Amino acid sequence: MQRFAELLDRLVLTPSRNGKLTLLVDHFRSVEDPDRGLALAAITGDLSISAVKPAMLRTLVTERMDPVLFGYSYDYVGDLAETVSLVWPETTLQGEDVHRPTLGDVVATLQRASRSDGPEILARLLDRADIEARYAIIKLVTGGLRIGVSARLAKQALAEFGRVDVAEIEELWHGLTPPYGELFAWLEGRAEKPEQTAKAMFRPVMLSTPVGDSDLEKLDPHDYAAEWKWDGIRVQAVAEGGVKRLYSRTGDDVSGAFPDLVDAMEFEGTLDGELLVGNPLEATGTFSDLQQRLNRKTVSPKMRQQFPAFMRCYDILVESGEDLRALPFARRRQRLEHFVATLEPTRFDLSPLAPFSGWAALDEMRKSPPHPVIEGVMLKRRDSPYLAGRPKGPWFKWKRDPHIVDAVLMYAQRGHGKRSSFYSDYTFGVWTGPEGAEELVPVGKAYFGFTDQELKQIDKYVRDNTLERFGPVRSVRADREQGLVLEVAFEGLNRSTRHKSGGAMRFPRISRLRWDKPPNEADRIEALQALLDR
Amino acid sequence: MRARDLLRPRPEGLYCPPGDFHIDPVRPVERALITHGHSDHARSGHASVLATRQTLDIMALRYGADFAGSTQVAEIGNSQTVNGVSVTFHPAGHVLGSAQIAVEHGGTRIVASGDYKRQADATCAAFEPVSCDVFITEATFGLPVFRHPPDTHEIGKLLASVEQFPARAHLVGAYALGKAQRVIRLIRDAGYDKPIYIHGALNKLCDYYESQGIALGELRPATVEGGSKGDFAGAIVVGPPSAFADRWARRFPDPMSCFASGWMRIRQRAKQGGVELPLIISDHGDWDELTRTIGETGASEVWATHGREEALVRWCELQGIAARPLHLVGYEDEGD
Repeated sequence: MQRFAELLDRLVLTPSRNGKLTLLVDHFRSVEDPDRGLALAAITGDLSISAVKPAMLRTLVTERMDPVLFGYSYDYVGDLAETVSLVWPETTLQGEDVHRPTLGDVVATLQRASRSDGPEILARLLDRADIEARYAIIKLVTGGLRIGVSARLAKQALAEFGRVDVAEIEELWHGLTPPYGELFAWLEGRAEKPEQTAKAMFRPVMLSTPVGDSDLEKLDPHDYAAEWKWDGIRVQAVAEGGVKRLYSRTGDDVSGAFPDLVDAMEFEGTLDGELLVGNPLEATGTFSDLQQRLNRKTVSPKMRQQFPAFMRCYDILVESGEDLRALPFARRRQRLEHFVATLEPTRFDLSPLAPFSGWAALDEMRKSPPHPVIEGVMLKRRDSPYLAGRPKGPWFKWKRDPHIVDAVLMYAQRGHGKRSSFYSDYTFGVWTGPEGAEELVPVGKAYFGFTDQELKQIDKYVRDNTLERFGPVRSVRADREQGLVLEVAFEGLNRSTRHKSGGAMRFPRISRLRWDKPPNEADRIEALQALLDR
Repeated sequence: MRARDLLRPRPEGLYCPPGDFHIDPVRPVERALITHGHSDHARSGHASVLATRQTLDIMALRYGADFAGSTQVAEIGNSQTVNGVSVTFHPAGHVLGSAQIAVEHGGTRIVASGDYKRQADATCAAFEPVSCDVFITEATFGLPVFRHPPDTHEIGKLLASVEQFPARAHLVGAYALGKAQRVIRLIRDAGYDKPIYIHGALNKLCDYYESQGIALGELRPATVEGGSKGDFAGAIVVGPPSAFADRWARRFPDPMSCFASGWMRIRQRAKQGGVELPLIISDHGDWDELTRTIGETGASEVWATHGREEALVRWCELQGIAARPLHLVGYEDEGD
């Protein structure tokens, strides 16, 4: 348990992806089965333990200490799990409890617990653990580790640990269960690769590369088919022998969030496409609408009715048990067209091809797409098989130009690692309010897009123009007369109630520093609102 | 004699009317008794100062030889009389030279403990409980959530990380007096014998600790003259925490920010400060040390100062010990 607790603590404070990978790989290397597999399951969200309510935790602790002292403590720390882990009275270990519990012990004990004896069993575990382990146990039973590690990153760490391609892990993943003994045995070269026995498995997806400056000159337009690039989320719909699953592009099972779509998966096969909301026969909803359906554990009937999910299909990987991935794109496309024609038309439609006469014509098409939910074009080589990963050549994405706004730097935060002494994360705002009483409203935050040289210049500007400090954050002088104007590029705007401006930028980055531009010439909020209202 | 006639708070600091002296005054006074060399307790400009030899040395290092009109050495454990009031210095285990001051007059003994800790520390004399009627305790970590792990465990975390991330420089933030030398000594005691790099602000005090017989091993200045960034890959660099947020830190390759402080017990504190590797090492007693010490002094009354007094006062009440917060101004209850 100590090793797992330590891992959680380190992961939460390690900002860099590579740092997290090192911590995870070392953990898999140095911790034995089943604990490392259970740690993996806890991180990927595949560990099921019946939950304990925060109120119960509070009762347990105030039975053991003065409630007033607990109150002072909780007020100070602000996190219930952490407070309880720290104030829990230390007990001398005796008899059968003399050993600290392992993660395996903890999970097995908690999984055996019933609703009635759960609290008592939890209390006994906390008695046997030390501070760090108590924190980890409480996080496990209250759900939500919140350590900033995605399932995808955990799989990447597994791939590094076993020196295999992450696509292999993703393909296997849904056939495996915690504590993943056979997976680790294979990754350590002690056993054969586990066989896929589960139904409706995920197949690693094929990704595209952006069109570079001179990529197209060497290519013949006739070798490629073009499609619109829809601004939804990439999904894979798999139905096999009555098992239906909807996967994200990284192989996470997202079926639970889209029961309306899953219900309509009356077919045998594996489809690749874009998940969107609306009714394909009438209108396609915006990404903002789609957001209403993302990251939800349960979906209300109202939600399903207001934002119905559908899939715009662009590839077929398996049809009635036949693996089509080795076929050229043109052949798969024919099979796909026939296949989709048999499906429920309000839930599945075909991503249409976009005929074009040459690269110049296509350039025009991607710059001014015919629908607001289109963010560019896709190019697919007609003779290419369906390959896992991101091979360069067969598939290209060619995006519409980003939106641009001129904003004023308002706050700067110190970065981490290489940038730990630099103010490298910038919050910027645009003008709002009536003429003569304009003020800045923050509209986003960006931390890349500039060179190291520019970073030094902005850092100096921040230090020279600081108004106030709040821990690692500084507010920077920004008014009508003085301020640094940043040209910010972004992909779109989502409606958001969490932001004062009403919208959240997608993929914002600094595209240029406008040292030359006076702050009063930066954009007004109306420029952004126009994007939301489209 | 009533305790509050023997010692009472004044804006300048804790004052003894019959002895006409202050303990750790925050403004210049005629006669000051000083518990230890941290700058919020030991200020310059007093007419006369009574403190341990080491505290006087440290003050001279920090403020120059003329930091007070006159100085007098307090021998540990030897009582002396100041205007008819008996005062005795006892080790406090906080930093080198730190002392508690027992003040006795008219049959009443009050111990002003200054700052103290109970964990073993190779860089200073260990705290000795002194029986008394009134115990004045600090309350920096006076909440049940503060429980410091053994310092050796924390240093183990640091050395494991140095091994795990050999390309990164580990920047350990530690206050210049006491914490820095203790951290360095702990690293040595854990068997690490490579050079340790230090920020210039640590030079004088590290030299002084060495002169007092506390071996710190090979220390090198953390400068890059004639070298390159790569020189610090896998190195341990110790410096004041403020330096690591500053441009000074840019000379190191992909630095791992570590901070040695009791505050690192609280995750949010580490996170907000951008600390990647928190090391829970403190100069101050944790909750268990504070409560244990109050019991060991046998005091029937406790005055709690700088920090989270309310929880400590509550604890005393539950134990049937009279207690009240002592409001002294000018001390940094955040320092550690």
